[in-house]
Amino acid sequence: MTFEEIEKKALLEWRVLEQVEKPCLLVGAATCGRSAGALAVIDAINKTLKEFNIEAKVIQVGCIGLCYAEPMVDIIKPGRPRISYGNLTPEIVSQLIEDYLIKDNTRPDLALGYIGDGRVDGIPALFDLPVLKPQVRIVLRNCGFIDPENINHYVANDGYKGLVRALKMEPEAIIQEIKKSGLRGRGGAGFPTWLKWDICRRELSPEKYIICNADEGDPGAFMNRSLLEGDPHSVLEGMVIGAYAIGANQGYIYCRAEYPLALERLNIALPQMEEYGFVGDNILGSGFNFHIKIKEGAGAFVCGEETALMASIEGKRGMPRARPPFPAQSGLWGKPTNINNVETWANVAVILEKGGEWYAQYGTETSKGSKTFALVGKVERTGLIEVPLGIKLGEVIYEVAGGILKGKQFKAVQTGGPSGGCLPVNLLDLPVDYESLTDAGSIMGSGGMIVMDEDTCVVDIAEYFLSFTQAESCGKCVPCRVGTKQMLNILERISKGEGKLEDIEQLERLANTVKSGSLCGLGQTAPNPVLTTIRYFRSEYEEHINKKRCPALVCRKLISFYILPDKCAGCMICLRNCPVEAIRGGKRLIHVIDQDKCIECGTCLDVCPKRFSAVVKVSGVKIEVPREPILVKGS
Amino acid sequence: MDKVTLTIDSLNVVAERGMTILEAALGNGIYIPHLCYHPDLRPAGACRLCIVEIEDGQLVTASRVPVKGRIVVRTRSPEVDKMLRPIVEVLIANHHSDCRGCHSSGQCELQKIIAHLRIDRRRVRLLKLPKPEPPRDTSNPFFDFDPNKCVLCGICVRTCKNITGISAIDFINRGYATKIGTFGDKPFAHSRCESCGECVIRCPVGALIAKKAQRPKHKVKSVCPYCGVGCGFYLGTRDNVIINTQGNTDNPANKGNLCVKGRFGLTFVTSPERLTSPLIKKNGELTKVSWDEALELVAIKLTKYRGEQFALITSTKCTNEENYIAQKFARVVMNTNNIDSGARLCHTPNLRVLHETIGIGAMTNSIEEIDKTACILAIGTNITQAQPVIGFRIRKAVRNGSKLIVINPKENDLCRLANIWLRPYPVTDVALLMGICRLIVEEGLLDTTFIKKRCENFDEFKKSLDDFPLGRVERITGVPQEMIAAAARIYATIRPAAILWSTGITQHSQGTDNVFALVNLALLTGNIGKPSSGLYPLLGQNNAQGACDMGCLPGFYPGYQMVTDAEVRKKFEVAWGISLNSEPGLALTEIFQAVLEGKVKVLYIIGSEPILSMADSQKVKGALEKVAILIAQDIFSNETAKFAHVVLLAASFAEKRGTFTNMERRVQKLNKAIEPIGDSLPDWKIICELAKRLDGKGFDFSSPEEIMSEIASVAPMYGGISYNRLDKERLQWSCLTPEDLGTSILYGEQFHTPNGKAKFTPLEYKRPAETPDVDYPLILTTESNLYQQGTLSHKVAGLNILGSKNFVEINSKDAADLGVNDGNIVQVISRRGEIIAGAKVTDASPPGVVTMSFHFIENQINMLTNPALDPVAKTPAAKMCPVRIVPQT
Repeated sequence: MTFEEIEKKALLEWRVLEQVEKPCLLVGAATCGRSAGALAVIDAINKTLKEFNIEAKVIQVGCIGLCYAEPMVDIIKPGRPRISYGNLTPEIVSQLIEDYLIKDNTRPDLALGYIGDGRVDGIPALFDLPVLKPQVRIVLRNCGFIDPENINHYVANDGYKGLVRALKMEPEAIIQEIKKSGLRGRGGAGFPTWLKWDICRRELSPEKYIICNADEGDPGAFMNRSLLEGDPHSVLEGMVIGAYAIGANQGYIYCRAEYPLALERLNIALPQMEEYGFVGDNILGSGFNFHIKIKEGAGAFVCGEETALMASIEGKRGMPRARPPFPAQSGLWGKPTNINNVETWANVAVILEKGGEWYAQYGTETSKGSKTFALVGKVERTGLIEVPLGIKLGEVIYEVAGGILKGKQFKAVQTGGPSGGCLPVNLLDLPVDYESLTDAGSIMGSGGMIVMDEDTCVVDIAEYFLSFTQAESCGKCVPCRVGTKQMLNILERISKGEGKLEDIEQLERLANTVKSGSLCGLGQTAPNPVLTTIRYFRSEYEEHINKKRCPALVCRKLISFYILPDKCAGCMICLRNCPVEAIRGGKRLIHVIDQDKCIECGTCLDVCPKRFSAVVKVSGVKIEVPREPILVKGS
Repeated sequence: MDKVTLTIDSLNVVAERGMTILEAALGNGIYIPHLCYHPDLRPAGACRLCIVEIEDGQLVTASRVPVKGRIVVRTRSPEVDKMLRPIVEVLIANHHSDCRGCHSSGQCELQKIIAHLRIDRRRVRLLKLPKPEPPRDTSNPFFDFDPNKCVLCGICVRTCKNITGISAIDFINRGYATKIGTFGDKPFAHSRCESCGECVIRCPVGALIAKKAQRPKHKVKSVCPYCGVGCGFYLGTRDNVIINTQGNTDNPANKGNLCVKGRFGLTFVTSPERLTSPLIKKNGELTKVSWDEALELVAIKLTKYRGEQFALITSTKCTNEENYIAQKFARVVMNTNNIDSGARLCHTPNLRVLHETIGIGAMTNSIEEIDKTACILAIGTNITQAQPVIGFRIRKAVRNGSKLIVINPKENDLCRLANIWLRPYPVTDVALLMGICRLIVEEGLLDTTFIKKRCENFDEFKKSLDDFPLGRVERITGVPQEMIAAAARIYATIRPAAILWSTGITQHSQGTDNVFALVNLALLTGNIGKPSSGLYPLLGQNNAQGACDMGCLPGFYPGYQMVTDAEVRKKFEVAWGISLNSEPGLALTEIFQAVLEGKVKVLYIIGSEPILSMADSQKVKGALEKVAILIAQDIFSNETAKFAHVVLLAASFAEKRGTFTNMERRVQKLNKAIEPIGDSLPDWKIICELAKRLDGKGFDFSSPEEIMSEIASVAPMYGGISYNRLDKERLQWSCLTPEDLGTSILYGEQFHTPNGKAKFTPLEYKRPAETPDVDYPLILTTESNLYQQGTLSHKVAGLNILGSKNFVEINSKDAADLGVNDGNIVQVISRRGEIIAGAKVTDASPPGVVTMSFHFIENQINMLTNPALDPVAKTPAAKMCPVRIVPQT
């Protein structure tokens, strides 16, 4: 089949969705949707359709990014624009089908927005919502819109056009196109993609390799997962283009085994590509051969580091090695290798399709294009977002994410996962680009963005991230293996109220050694959360040390719970719920917490009825309470 | 080499281009702290301690950065200090802190770093993190591993991976819990570890350390007495005891590497079981006597039995000089050619065939060339067990891209590295090799120019290939045709290619045919006379080659000169001043038959254990019981000595000087490291003394040097060899004159046959001497064991512990048929005897084949084996015999 024939066939299949008489339901069933209950929703949909004898198409699509609204279903009813509904349950969705498909009630109360031409009364345009308005859809162009298991959907949405164009170009010209786009590595380091390719292309070797790094291990990050689940072909197309530009005939996707759905989608996509001749021997008649293998990771965070990743593919223990030689010179099996992140590859296809200049219109002078972020934490709207680079942190947090949850105060935002830094409120005007983030002590990273509110303790957060990187250190180099453990030990001490004044200085000293002395990126960035929290929140550290007080009331060893004698009504609810029997009291007696037995779990605070609000959490202060339970006043 | 000048700490130093800054500094006596650097290994840059500052203030790891001209390096600066000190401090804080009880104290890199940086250990101790102290791994009998002292530099891991290729250890766990461990974190002794100790000698701290580590007072250069590789080493001694051994990095055979036996297995020298005086059997009891009494008795007895009634079995463990004296004693004093050695049991098919076809009965090339061989064909050999140091070489070659073809019925360590592994039925090698040759001829992959120019008899050979269409070969061997063809194509097209083999080829009733087939294959592809190609008969005994070179063969005088050649005999009669017996003598295997037939009445056995080493040991035992006079000469009261009338007490290799010739024809000198134990004497002295008492002429030697100069005068290929030269030069024979630099590759110009051409040999497939039948349905094959070698290793407790492979390996299918489970006790019964052994159920042995190690005294496997001889080389078919297995209840 020629590409034109493939395209024709694909368009035919795609248009059926939009134009036929039957309604079509698209369910967001990526991992995020599924964990929110999408599969139960699908069951309910099928049941209801059967019940009412409605002929309709049900398609599982990827994630559109509005995690806060999962599970989501889009309904295309002939003659109407597509309408997105969110926060569905099996019951609601059954009702919705009945209301909309039978009674033609669009249920604006359940709708998030409509997509496409036309208008629906009472429902806003989806892309005009504040969450989507500041966003661009380049990488995520198809996520949530197409069936990721159907290559025709991808082709019908301009898929593989970039490849077709690339195969007619000289490899140098492709690299020039990437250069024009200004694309930089989306894995975190931001190395210019064209330069990396060019170095690898210039290596004279009959064997070269391409690797797609899909070992997304940052806690709270899921950009790559969503992309692979929602639009695997965009990544694969990018890889084929890259392979052609560099002169590689074998590619690997190194995907963590914890992403079973992504792996499944890749395993479906690859044979489809082969069938259409987009991968394999003599791709689209060009004479170019390229094969892709999928390699599952085994759960080591460090295998996201390129040299460790390659060792892992080779069947060795995933441990980084010192560079040079760089992978472009001596990578997988000692051969020139180009390794890029999932998101970088997905950008390649669209750049080749639409041109580098088109791409470069987004972003800043040095950071072009868009970037996806996994926006999580204490915000109103969590989700997967794609924003043009250069957008201000504040815009992301207050417009896209809708501000802090429950109207609390913003405290910090952590970019770049456990290797990134915590940025405070006065940096909300900071543009999100590689240089600005680095200057502020953080990193772009692969796109984790964790928003913290006033109830977050920075010492605790630093300890959390460092304990992660320490546990995931491969153990090869001393600074990372022992230095981070030493730092963690100090942090633990501080959070227990056993810190010494010189600890902060010692932490900084160790952090700088680990940062500059470590062998690979894991160690070199591991101290970032500690360094940035000290830099921006030093006073909180000092309070922990000097006043033995945790201002955010988080560090367990520094907080206490008390029952206020003038508020306790002696209802016994807290007493019954205390898991360690630390509360003494009785009916109509003022309850007393035995501070020695208390494990600071906070159950009493949670269960104390609002009307009493007798339990308080404090740090650094002592509250006078009776020693023994006494009768409640007035009883 | 290109030199560059750079400045390190304001000193101008000269370094070779390609060196790293660290190497340049260390080479010029400037210390830079380091833990993970080792000169034998590629830099890892893992410990991050070798940080230095280069001119623009940049901090770099000196072990990773190559030198550049005029670069200015500072090893100490505030920046370096700021960076380095915290790393060192956290490292030391969590290292086992008490140096006093540590054997590495004084040689520890960490101590050196502490002193260099003047680190205050008391202050650092405050940084110590709470950590559970894992127990030491003391499972290995030779070394201990203390994880609490380990600094995780990874040198051991890289050594095990890149030097030995074993990869028994690696990093395990993550983060702070990272440690060095074996697969599944099992104790060392129960892992793949081969106990070679290469990691132990490279450990920069005291984490991997030899048991009972002591520092030696003296160091003496010597050669390993175990296998035929002939590893050079230094014996470290203290108070007349060997404390340790260090591989000699200048020795081309081992380049400093040693296996477990060479490194840890020399305690037999000072074993309490060593005899301390000669013994004479009085009233059925061996009784201590003086040398005078013992020698006098022997002399009196021997005078009565000159000629054919006397036979001498000499040792492949004795030096060249001693073997020369032994054969001279037999020929000159006793007037008989009844002289042979244990080499009969493994090497004579090689000698005969190579002598006949290409001229010289020895390895054509050198061990060090294996590194660069593009294709290795290993057939009938368990190299990693029998010649471990060559195993290191092969693994390295394969890692560097060499192709490896393994042909072996039983799975061995090399199979998993092999590009292709052919698994023929036992004793079908001739058919398989002829099949390979046929495919090479058919597909025109042969080296026609080489064959035309340098070979003869090709057409006859080619004709004999007609009998081996691949279909028939597949039926005979059980190897699929496609695999045979694939192996043939690899061997024929990837050059240079070398063939390595050992007893799996020779210990058969058609051992000579097997070797002929291998020679044919090498000739066919022109893989001979060129670097890294050729034929590698691997030898299990350190001086098997030398014993043969010295003429300890019934048909050859020293230097492979035929007894039956009148001219040669004349030459020796002149040299030795006596008329010589013109009849070739009896081969080792024939000697025992002759004893049983009453033809031979006196047996003089030097350093050999025929009961253990020869097929059908019951018969050998019968002969030893029957012989009128049995003289045993050994360092131990061994199995043979139990039957002996006189036991003469020999000194071990460490107590004397002499030379060994390894399998690559390298003549190497051993030096005396300790004083002889008890009254023991070097074998040459004993024999000379005896000869003098029997009025033998030409035995007035006062040193091994003198014997060597006589050897040089009668054996042309040793013509240029002398002790003076051996101290300075590395010599492989042929070395004809004092100016001759020796020969590392034979046949570069022409073959050493009368017409200078190599001879192809037409072959046919013969069934083995003994085949399985209803009563004996399984084939027993014998194999070597890494930890056992001859009788010496039995005296080393640790080797006995590690090598207790005292079991019979049975394929799981056969085991299921027989109702045998792993660990059951079974009876192994052949037509000649039966033994009891534990069963090990495995798929390493193919169905129908059971395997046992041949080294054990307890279950003398040779009670079972077949004494049927190869008709030409007279080597017994000890490699296989049909058996049945009966489970014991």
